[in-house]
Amino acid sequence: MSYYAYFVAGWLLLVGCFGIVRSRNLVHAVVSLAIAQSGTYVLLLGVGYQRHATAPVFGSTTKPNLSVVDPVVQALTLTDIVVAATVTALLLALAIQVAKHHDTVDPDQLSALEG
Amino acid sequence: MPNGVPHLLPVIVVVPIVVAALLVAISPHVSRYVVEAVAAATALGIAAVAGVVASQTMHGRVVSWLGGWKPDREHTTVGLVLVADRLSAGLAVLIAVLMTLALVFGWRFFDEVGGHFHPLMLLFLAGMEGFALSGDIFDMFVFFELMGAAAYALTGFKVEDRTALQGGLNFGVVNSLGAYFSLTGIGVLYAQTGQLQLPLLAKAVDERGLSALTVLAFVFVLAGLLTKAAMVPLHFWLADAHAVAPSPVCVLFSGVMVELGLYGAARIYWVVFEKSIPHEVVRQAFVVLGTATAIVGAVMCFLQRHLKRLLAYSTIGHVGLFLVAFAMLDDEGTAGLILYVLGHAGAKSALFLMAGVVLNRYGSVDEIDLFGRGKDARVMPWLFVVAAVALSACPPFGTGLGKDIAETATVKAGYAWLPALFTIVSAVTAAAALRAGLRIYFGLGDVPSEASEDEATSGSEEQPEADLRRVPLTMVVPICVLLAGCAALGVIPGFAEHVGKAAHVFLDRDGYVSQALANTPAASVPHIAGMHWTTLGLALGSTSGVLSIAIAFASLYARRFPAAVRHLSGVVALPVRAVRRVHSGHIGDYVAWFLAGLAALGALIGLPLR
Amino acid sequence: MTRSWRYAIFFVGAGLIAALYVIGVYGMPHFGSTFHPYRDRAVPAAVSHRTANVVSAVNFDQRAFDTLGEETIFFASVIGAAALLRPSKEEREQHSPSQGGHVMASTRFAGYVLLPVTLLVGFDVVAHGHLTPGGGFQGGVVLATGLHLLYVAGRYESLEHFRPVEKFEYGEVTGALAFAGLGFAGMAIGGSFLANVIPFGEFGQLLSAGTVEVFNFAVGIEVSCGVVVLLAHFLRQAILLRGGEASRS
Repeated sequence: MSYYAYFVAGWLLLVGCFGIVRSRNLVHAVVSLAIAQSGTYVLLLGVGYQRHATAPVFGSTTKPNLSVVDPVVQALTLTDIVVAATVTALLLALAIQVAKHHDTVDPDQLSALEG
Repeated sequence: MPNGVPHLLPVIVVVPIVVAALLVAISPHVSRYVVEAVAAATALGIAAVAGVVASQTMHGRVVSWLGGWKPDREHTTVGLVLVADRLSAGLAVLIAVLMTLALVFGWRFFDEVGGHFHPLMLLFLAGMEGFALSGDIFDMFVFFELMGAAAYALTGFKVEDRTALQGGLNFGVVNSLGAYFSLTGIGVLYAQTGQLQLPLLAKAVDERGLSALTVLAFVFVLAGLLTKAAMVPLHFWLADAHAVAPSPVCVLFSGVMVELGLYGAARIYWVVFEKSIPHEVVRQAFVVLGTATAIVGAVMCFLQRHLKRLLAYSTIGHVGLFLVAFAMLDDEGTAGLILYVLGHAGAKSALFLMAGVVLNRYGSVDEIDLFGRGKDARVMPWLFVVAAVALSACPPFGTGLGKDIAETATVKAGYAWLPALFTIVSAVTAAAALRAGLRIYFGLGDVPSEASEDEATSGSEEQPEADLRRVPLTMVVPICVLLAGCAALGVIPGFAEHVGKAAHVFLDRDGYVSQALANTPAASVPHIAGMHWTTLGLALGSTSGVLSIAIAFASLYARRFPAAVRHLSGVVALPVRAVRRVHSGHIGDYVAWFLAGLAALGALIGLPLR
Repeated sequence: MTRSWRYAIFFVGAGLIAALYVIGVYGMPHFGSTFHPYRDRAVPAAVSHRTANVVSAVNFDQRAFDTLGEETIFFASVIGAAALLRPSKEEREQHSPSQGGHVMASTRFAGYVLLPVTLLVGFDVVAHGHLTPGGGFQGGVVLATGLHLLYVAGRYESLEHFRPVEKFEYGEVTGALAFAGLGFAGMAIGGSFLANVIPFGEFGQLLSAGTVEVFNFAVGIEVSCGVVVLLAHFLRQAILLRGGEASRS
C-alpha cells in the first residue's frame, strides 16, 4: 500500500503512451496525451501527501501548524494543469485544421511527411 | 559586483512578454511595419541587455534571487533563482541575436502576416531566455513548455499548408510527452530530496548518493531535454517540424532551440548528478547515443530532396557530434562543443534563410524540381556555397575550430576513432547541402529523373510565403552577418580562450552552488590550454572540406560511374532503406520509438551500475 | 512501419521503462510519510507574510516567477490557437437560423438562474484566493465557462451579443500587463522582481497577504478573458465558418 499511488501514476503515463501508439484518430491521440499527463498529477500529489494531515489552508478553525500536506506540490500541480489545458487546446486546434484540409483524422492515412 | 546587474536577468525574460502583450493589443490599429519594427527593436534591445550581463559574468556568475526571498543562514530558501554564468549569458546573447536576424529577415518575407506572428516570436524569445537563465528545475520545465507552446503554434502557422499541420502535431505531441516524462522525473527527485532549486538539489542529491532512484530520476528528467535536443531515436519530430515551419522560425529551431535541449541536459547533469553518477558510465552512454545520432542524421540528410528536411537532418547529425563532445566531460570537450554550436548556428541559420529565399523566389524547396532554376541569381549562389563549406567544418570557420578542439579532447580521452566520425559526418552533411546548391544555382550534375526518389517527401508542395522578384537587402544582410560571424569565430584571436574559460566555469558545480547560496566571491579562472588550432585539426578540417566537395560532385554525376562502383552502393541500400522507412511521419511510430530510446538510455546508464 | 512492428517496439521500450520505474520507486519515501522539507520552510514563510492559503503564497509570493511563466504559457496558447484557427481566404462566417436545435424551456430557465450564481461564485473564488482554496486560475475558468451558459442554455447569438471578442482580448492583455507591471513595481520598491511590497495586514482578513491578492486579480482577469477568447475561436470554427476546400456542415 505504501507505493500504490506511485504505481498508478506510472501506469497512467504508460497507458497514455499506448493510447497514442494505437490511436486511429488524432483527437483520441491528444486525449491520450492528456491521460499521460494526469499520471504526473497523481505522482505529484501522492508525493505531497501526509497521513493524518490537514489541508494547507489556515483560518479561524485551523491555526498555522506544520501538520499539513505539502503545499508546494499542489502549486506545482496547478501549474501543470494550466500547461496541460493550453497544450491540449493548441493540439486540438491543429487537429481541427488537419480534419479540414486532409479530410481525415486517421494518423494511418496522413502520409505527407514520409522519408 | 555593481547592484544593478542581477536585476537585468528578470528583465531579459519579462520584457519580451510585455511587448508581446502590447503588440496583441495594438496590432489591429497600426500598420504592420510598426509591429515589425517594434518586435525587431525589442529583440535587439534584449541582445544588448544580455550582452551587458555577459560582460559582467567575466567577474563571476550573476545571481538573482526573485521575490525578495534570499538564502538564510543555513543556506536554504523558498525562493526562485536565476543564474547567469559565462555560458548561459552567452547563450542568452545568441538567442536574442538570432531572433533579431530572423525578424529582420521576416520584414518582407510574408505577404500577409496577421497580428499573431510577432507576439508568438517574442513569447518564444522569452521562453528560451527563461530556460537558459533559470536556476530551478521546475522553473526550467515551465519555460521549456513556454518555448514549446510558442513553437507548436509557429510550426503550424501556415494553416493552408497541409503538411504544416501534420508537422506541428507531430512536434507538439512528441515534445509534450517528453516534457511530461521530465516532470515525472522532477516529481521523483522532489520526493527523494524535497528540493527544487538547483543548488539545493545538488547538495541534497550528493548526500543521498547513488541509488536506483537517482538513475530513474536522471533518465526521466533527461527524457524531455533529449527529445528537444533530437537525440536518436527521439529525433523524428525535428525533420517534420523544420520542413513546414516558416524559414525565420527554422533559424531559431536549428540555431538555438535544439541546442538549448542539450544545454539543459548538460546543466542538470553537471550541477545535480555529477557527483552521484560516475563519469565513465555517462561518457559511454552518450558516446554510443551520439554516434548513432550522428550516423542516422548524416545518412538521412544525404537521402533528402526536400531542402529544409535535408538541413534538418544535418542538424540531427551535428547534434550527434555535440553529444559526443559533451560526453568527454572535460573542459576541452565542452569548449569544442560550444564553439562548434556557435559556428553551426551561423552556418545553418544562413542556409535556412537561403532556403526561404529559394522557396519564395522559385515556389519550391524540392532539389529535383529546382534543377537549374537559380542560374540567373548573382549573389545567392556564392553565399550558398560558402555556407555549405562552413558547415563542413573546414578552416578557417568557427565550426572547424570547434571540431578541432573537440577532436583533441576525444583523442585525449582514448577514443581515437572519434575524429574520423567527426570528419565523415560533417563532410557528408555539407556534401548534401553543397549538392543541392550546385544543382539549384549552377545547374551542375546529370539531369535527375523523376522516378528515382519516390520514397522521399517532395518539396514541391510547400506554399511560398511571399512573391519575390529580387532578393531584398533585408534578406541578404542577415545571411551575410551570419556567415561572417561563423568565419570570425575561427579567426579572432582570444575568443577561443574565452570559450575555454566559459566551459571551465560551466563544469565548476561547487562554484555554482556556493555562489548561488552563499554569495562567495568567484574564484579566478585558470588559463585553459589547447584553445587554438592544431596541425591535426587543420588537416582533418581541410580533409572534411575537400571530402564534402568530392562527395557532392560524385553524387551529382553518379550515373557516370562504372557499374561495378554502383553495384557496391547497392550493398548498403537495404539497411539505408530500412532506416528511411522507419521515418514514416506517423505519430504512433514516434511515440513507440520515444519509449524505446528512453529504455536504451536507461539501460546504458543503469546496467553498468548494477 | 506496420502496426505489429510498432507494438513490438512499444512493448519492449515500455517494459524496460516500467522495470526501471518500479525498481526506482521502491527507494522513494512511503506514501503518506512525514518527510517534506520544502513544506517545513514554505508554511512559516507564508505565515510571516500573513497569507492564510499557503498554496496561494507559494504560487504568488514565493514562486511567483513560475506563475508568471505559467500565465504566459496560457497567453501564448490563446494567441497560438487564434493563429491556428484563423479563417482561410475562402471561408466566411454564416449565421444560419435554426442552429443547434431546440432548447427545452426548463434548461433555459436553469441557465438564466445559474448564470448570475456562477459569475458570483467565480468572482468569490478569485477574490478570496489568498484565504480559501481557489485563486485567479480557478476562478477565472469558472467565470469564463459561466458566461458560456448563455450558449449552452440559450443560443449562440445571445453569447455573441454579450461577448465582443476584441474587448475580451484587451482584458486578457490587461491582466498579463498587470502581472508583469506589479513584478516591476516589486523590483522598484522592494528591491527584487515580484517582491511582496504591499502591507501584509491581519492574518485571515480580506485585505491581507500583500501583493498575493492583487496578483490573484490580475490572473483572474487574464484567465477569464483568455478562456472566453479561446472558446470564441473554437466555437466560431465549429458553428460559423463555411466554405473553403473541405466544407463540413
